[in-house]
Amino acid sequence: MVSNQATSSWLYRYVVLPLGQMLIFIVGAALLMTLFAYALAVLFPTPRPNIILADQIGRQLPGMIISGVTIGFVYAMIALGYTLVYGVLKFINFAHSEIFMFGGVVGFEVIRRIADAGFLESWSPLLLVVLIVITSMICSGLLAVIIERVAYRPLRGAPRLVPLISAIGISFFLADAVRAFEAVTRNAFKLTYPVSNIPALSTPISIQIGTTPVNIRVTSIIVIVAAMLMLVALNYFVNGTKLGRGIRAVSQDMSTASLMGINVNLMISLTFFVGGAFGGAAGSLFGLNVGTIDPFVGFIPGLKAFTAAVLGGIGNVTGALLGGLMLGMLESFLSGILVYFPALGGRYTDIFTFLVLILVLIFRPSGLLGERVDEKV
Amino acid sequence: MMTTTTVEQPVGFIRRALSNRWIALAFLALYIVIVYAALFGLERASPIFPILSTLAFAPFALTPFVTMALSIDWRFKGLAILLLLFVLMPILGMKDTSFLELAIQICIFAGLALGLNIVVGFAGLLDLGYIAFFAVGAYLWAMFTSPVETYIKVSNALVPASSFYLFMFIGVIIAAIGGILLGLPVLRLRGDYLAIVTLGFGEMIRILAQNSDTVGNPPINFTNGSQGLDGVARPPIPQFLRDLVPTVENALKLDINNAQTVTQQLLFYFIAILVIVIIILVARRLENSPIGRAWTAIREDEVAAIAMGVPLVRMKLLAFAMGASFAGAIGVLYASKQTFVSPESFSLSQSISILAMVIVGGIGSIQGVLLGACVVTLLNLLVLKNLSTQISNWRNIDAIVPHWLIIIVAVIIGLFLLWQAWKLVRSYVNSTRFQTSGIANIIGAVVLAMIAIAAIVFAFTSGEFHIRDWPTQLEPARYERLVFGILLIIMMIFRPAGLLPEGRRRLELQAAKTEQKIEGEV
Repeated sequence: MVSNQATSSWLYRYVVLPLGQMLIFIVGAALLMTLFAYALAVLFPTPRPNIILADQIGRQLPGMIISGVTIGFVYAMIALGYTLVYGVLKFINFAHSEIFMFGGVVGFEVIRRIADAGFLESWSPLLLVVLIVITSMICSGLLAVIIERVAYRPLRGAPRLVPLISAIGISFFLADAVRAFEAVTRNAFKLTYPVSNIPALSTPISIQIGTTPVNIRVTSIIVIVAAMLMLVALNYFVNGTKLGRGIRAVSQDMSTASLMGINVNLMISLTFFVGGAFGGAAGSLFGLNVGTIDPFVGFIPGLKAFTAAVLGGIGNVTGALLGGLMLGMLESFLSGILVYFPALGGRYTDIFTFLVLILVLIFRPSGLLGERVDEKV
Repeated sequence: MMTTTTVEQPVGFIRRALSNRWIALAFLALYIVIVYAALFGLERASPIFPILSTLAFAPFALTPFVTMALSIDWRFKGLAILLLLFVLMPILGMKDTSFLELAIQICIFAGLALGLNIVVGFAGLLDLGYIAFFAVGAYLWAMFTSPVETYIKVSNALVPASSFYLFMFIGVIIAAIGGILLGLPVLRLRGDYLAIVTLGFGEMIRILAQNSDTVGNPPINFTNGSQGLDGVARPPIPQFLRDLVPTVENALKLDINNAQTVTQQLLFYFIAILVIVIIILVARRLENSPIGRAWTAIREDEVAAIAMGVPLVRMKLLAFAMGASFAGAIGVLYASKQTFVSPESFSLSQSISILAMVIVGGIGSIQGVLLGACVVTLLNLLVLKNLSTQISNWRNIDAIVPHWLIIIVAVIIGLFLLWQAWKLVRSYVNSTRFQTSGIANIIGAVVLAMIAIAAIVFAFTSGEFHIRDWPTQLEPARYERLVFGILLIIMMIFRPAGLLPEGRRRLELQAAKTEQKIEGEV
């Protein structure tokens, strides 16, 4: 009886609660954006002749929500890397966007090699996806640990600009190093995932909502499911294990934690590993979903994920999730709707994302869920 | 102890000898003569011309810094620098315009680096979108003079080329306004946040420039999108310069076959020098003024600065505006010199390369930033580019790297790596308690040793190397980001204050390092 109760409370804390939180965030963000879209439709009923905005929104709504959730989870997973590192070291890991890119490239290398060996059609798609994601997680996690060891640890305690500039250097170095590697080994650095050769992954699922047919891409579902599983696992790791407690202790007070017998350097390396692994998984999932990846692909998603982390409250894990989903949804709706506004067009979507970042930083620098941190004098 | 004295003795001897002002003067004269003679003796037809010209021009470009470092009378220093800038460089440029082009580029980047130095170095505000103001200046001049069918051309608002100097002033003002517009929303942000937001701003300007083209309904074409604006006007050449070139040509028996280009480039060179001199003067005056001290106070401790009555808002905005205004003027110059402006020139990597100049030279120190601009520009436009040309030259004549050379290089690298691995092992053995970092040390040592052995084995088993087998994708000129990245990391780890550090900052970083050491020992 006791053990049963313990099991159910464990289930509630580490499975039901985080999943419920995600669902609430998804529904909330979707509702908010739908309201925003219809508000736009009320303000500008016909932005172009022969186009009634409300009708278009109604037709596109399911698609926009699904792509918003997909992008949102990718951003959330990258944002976790920023947030975890910020929580522990109080510094922005500028090279994280390159860790994301590295994950994507590793994922490509794995699937390409499998395809070259001729196993692409015979292996089960699920096995393929799991293999790609796990490999890219391990490689990116290790890369993050090495980066911390080489470029950040020698600079701990230096003025704040110093590690930041070192991180920029790492980011530049990695992008070009990967480019050099791919250019030499593959003679090209635009890497295309051979997803279209796997029918199980490339044929979309068609469902009928009311009268509108909706095509859902299988890769979107993979991204969403994988991200949810990983986020649940992360929640358990941070809040339910001894190592997670160590990380939380270090992020609260590094010197006290070291007095309590916690190996601070190990915890920092572990944080980098976990953050890097999430970035790497995001990279390979992004690659699977988008199809092509190149060594410079990390910059824009990295910047947006940073925006997401700030939007949710940097240093706050739940905040990264919320921020990522909000931003993904915003972006998906904007790129769906801006097309109908002749003067703007979808090309300015990125500008709106940056605008969100700037507005958040001006009006609520601590983010939606973050606590206000006053500067110590 | 023994090793340090033996190493430092020859250095100490040279330093003592050079502290005599006459020996120093003789050294300077000899240096200039040798480098200049080497530059004039270069043969373009030689297969190793790229390497030779790199080896000759890099020391020549650094001569002003050598002059400043020597302990000679300031009159001699001034004389030497005037001679370099106004006699030797123009004559060399008449002989070979590619050197003049490099000198102009160095000036342009030095101006940008000095502007960024005001924001980052003096006021301590890390601005990663600095290139945006450069873009503002460049697009300002390009939009008003390019014959491309843009909105401005269609509405007949083009200006004559003679208004170039006026537009430099307008560029200063517009960029300063841009700086204030950027500064206003980010006033409350510090450090990392400021860096990211300014980066976002820089990208926004670039995206705007890229997307304002003929696509869209109705098209709002100001910048012609990613096609860029070409045919940008150049300032008219004054008569005295037109006369000067043939005179010098006849007097020195130079053989100039493209007098028009040479004169044009010379004009840009002199304008660039003039702009740089003005910028240096302004920056110096600012540094040692109440404004400069207020910036230092903000940089050191914002809260304390406010408490002492520093008008924070006004000072921060002034820093942004001053930094931006330099970039605006330089942007006009750049657009006119290139006669082509496209969004690609204003990417984040340009911002970072300017930041790299400031960092490499020494944040906050004017002379350091000039040196940084010189070094990084030379690295980017001379060393990497010439390396690429050299490789393609060697490829054409089918040059071969002999087997023994490969073995020697591999053995040297291998021994160095083994030595590093041994150091890691030793630090693990010497550590008194069990540490997880010890395991990392061992793993690192094993990896290093494996790489070393692999390199040596590979060198012995491989034969001679044909340079034509070098992958064409691996052209050094395309990998400037790689080089900048490594440069930034190395500078931050080993010399965070830069090559010619500013006094106060050097002390600060030293203090931080000692503090860190003490913490590490505890």
